[in-house]
Amino acid sequence: MNLLLTPEQGELRAAFRSFLREAAPMAEVRRAMESADGYDRAAYARLNGELGLAGLIVPEEHGGAGAGFADLAVALEETGAALLPGPFLATVFAAIAIRESGDPAAAKEHLPGIAAGSTVATLAPLPGTPATVEAGPGGALSGELTALNGAEAGLLVVAAGERLYAVDPQAGGVTRTPLATLDLTRRQARVRLEAAPARPIGTLGRTPDLVAVALAAEQLGVLRRCLDTIVAYSKIRVTFGRYIGSYQGVKHKLADMHCALEQAESIVRYAAWAADESPADLPEAAALAQAYVGPACFRVARDHLLLHGGIGYTWEHDAHLYYKRAKTDEVLLGPPRGHRARLAGLLGL
Amino acid sequence: MSTDLVEFRQRAREWLAANAPAGGTGPGSVAEARAFMAKLYDAGFSGISWPAEWGGQGLGQAEQRVFDEEAGAYTLPTYYFSIGLGMCGPTVVDLGTDEQRRRWVRRLLRGEDIWCQLFSEPNAGSDVAALQTRAERAGDGWVVNGQKVWTSVAQHADLGLLLARTDVDAPKHKGLTMFVIDMHAPGVTVRPLKDMSGRSNFNEIFFDDVHVPDENRIGEVNDGWRCAVTTLLHERLSISGGVGGVAGGRGNPASFEALRATCDTADPVVRDALVELYVRERALELFNARLGQETRAGIFPGARGSAGKLLLAELTQFRADLATSLAGPAAVAWDPETEGAGGLAEALSVAPGLALGGGTNEIMRNIIGDRVLNLPPEPRADKNVPFKDLKVGTQQ
Repeated sequence: MNLLLTPEQGELRAAFRSFLREAAPMAEVRRAMESADGYDRAAYARLNGELGLAGLIVPEEHGGAGAGFADLAVALEETGAALLPGPFLATVFAAIAIRESGDPAAAKEHLPGIAAGSTVATLAPLPGTPATVEAGPGGALSGELTALNGAEAGLLVVAAGERLYAVDPQAGGVTRTPLATLDLTRRQARVRLEAAPARPIGTLGRTPDLVAVALAAEQLGVLRRCLDTIVAYSKIRVTFGRYIGSYQGVKHKLADMHCALEQAESIVRYAAWAADESPADLPEAAALAQAYVGPACFRVARDHLLLHGGIGYTWEHDAHLYYKRAKTDEVLLGPPRGHRARLAGLLGL
Repeated sequence: MSTDLVEFRQRAREWLAANAPAGGTGPGSVAEARAFMAKLYDAGFSGISWPAEWGGQGLGQAEQRVFDEEAGAYTLPTYYFSIGLGMCGPTVVDLGTDEQRRRWVRRLLRGEDIWCQLFSEPNAGSDVAALQTRAERAGDGWVVNGQKVWTSVAQHADLGLLLARTDVDAPKHKGLTMFVIDMHAPGVTVRPLKDMSGRSNFNEIFFDDVHVPDENRIGEVNDGWRCAVTTLLHERLSISGGVGGVAGGRGNPASFEALRATCDTADPVVRDALVELYVRERALELFNARLGQETRAGIFPGARGSAGKLLLAELTQFRADLATSLAGPAAVAWDPETEGAGGLAEALSVAPGLALGGGTNEIMRNIIGDRVLNLPPEPRADKNVPFKDLKVGTQQ
């Protein structure tokens, strides 16, 4: 079991961090979230082009970097910390599903576009969320589902039970309606399929677990940024003649948040290791990651907002954007009790 | 894993199978513990990662970890040496002179000396730098007077690592010196204290004109606080990575494994409570594993070890609370003739110990805030005032 980053992963993290600081600072995140597209296409294209973001876990034979989950986790922590708007996570989920589908033809058809950044894809419905999708005669799909970045996607990877299908949203039978979302930095859409033409692309396989691991990495990034932000603020904000970080009422809460970070990071490293190296440990690791990291991320985001005081409750402060992302992520793969029930089942309780 | 480690594991496994007491759960007798340590030393499994020139095996953390993993299947009778091995010995290795290392380290590893740690006092617990025990120059040595408290295994100890005040004109942190004191010396009185579980693991100690030779001084005169910080770092790391592990040791009736066997897991509320316990145990287990990997990679965890200690204390309290609540009335009233029936009451009674010993949860949070997150310190009214002018303890 390896729970430490390699020096190369340390460099990868530094590269993503400095790029995102420059290309997607919070002012840009706010501009993007209020724009028609919901994200900055130029910045997203640079991320995919210069850093190979979308192609990170795409196998080399399909034009990607062929990286594993330990590397992917590093990237997702940074995009999470930056609240990077746009379809990166959705496209990663779809790439995971195609990679795991065991369908070489589908991989050959779709993964190069994803790696190049030209294909925006999404996986829907997400594991753990309700949907009614049925395959009719000739493989056409009907039903209604919610899709992360569904309106922006050029490729829908649709799960109907254990079966996966590729659906072109531009073809007939697909209606997409943007949803109002708590998280303003990442959009969702209602997708209605009415006998939509679909191509079978193998099965779901380990995808639900791998998606859970990937999401936990983003949550770790959100958690860490929230803690870093409030720690920095508590060193400059003065009340009653003292920095607020010197009060035990604040300091002890920050210490508890640090403990959550240490444990969350340990679990994410473990889950990424299991995804890459230890298939037998993956189901437990994935359920554990969502059972612990999701709620921990929200608690830290909440306390980071609260410790800012009144300014944290304002629209113009960024705290609420993290708070809303944290809650959205916590329930993205179904309510947390689902992950806990899964864990109970795996433990034979 | 390298072939060396595989061989080492095999050797450890065979030795333990032949020599570890079967079915042991408690500390056993002092004589047995000394004999076991001597055997452990002769077999090359005592002080595995300690420097060879002072009596250790000179191997790495990887070998120590392999041995700990193998030893996890047993309860080794090493309890009386836990303070020496976890705190006092590492302090001597870090800060002692070569002569001191030669004198004490090998004897500790061979089970010849039991050590205790003499820091806390009735008026200096969390605020240990407020301690009043005096060490005054007398000829070429020192004379010690004062009182210590909460001292584990002192009733069996041969040596004690003492923190005493050597300069009352200096501010509180700058007038302390560390010594090794002979617990059998004239003037040392040890009185066991009964803790809330009914046991007498810790003691109060009185020093009346106890002579300590200067060769027993650790570090420079008045540099004792820095030495004590070293000891306390080792203490927190040894507690958080302790022999009981995250699960609270073998035979713990409040452990996840025990509860799943005794509770009605068909009840969804019970199931979810057990999942919560499992998640917390795994989270801490993986954090400890990551700290261990960092240490082996040469990254010393330092104050981050306080997070492990805090989390273990909270987990232990949570687990004992959960287990007794799940069991209901049977946890708090039992037939004394039934073996093991009082186990949950016992678990609940010992749980607060971990949140108090080795620094309270509040002190751990201060340390994490000050030394890990580098938060601004609290204003300190006592920091640059000569100790003799402070209202502290029995001083008016």
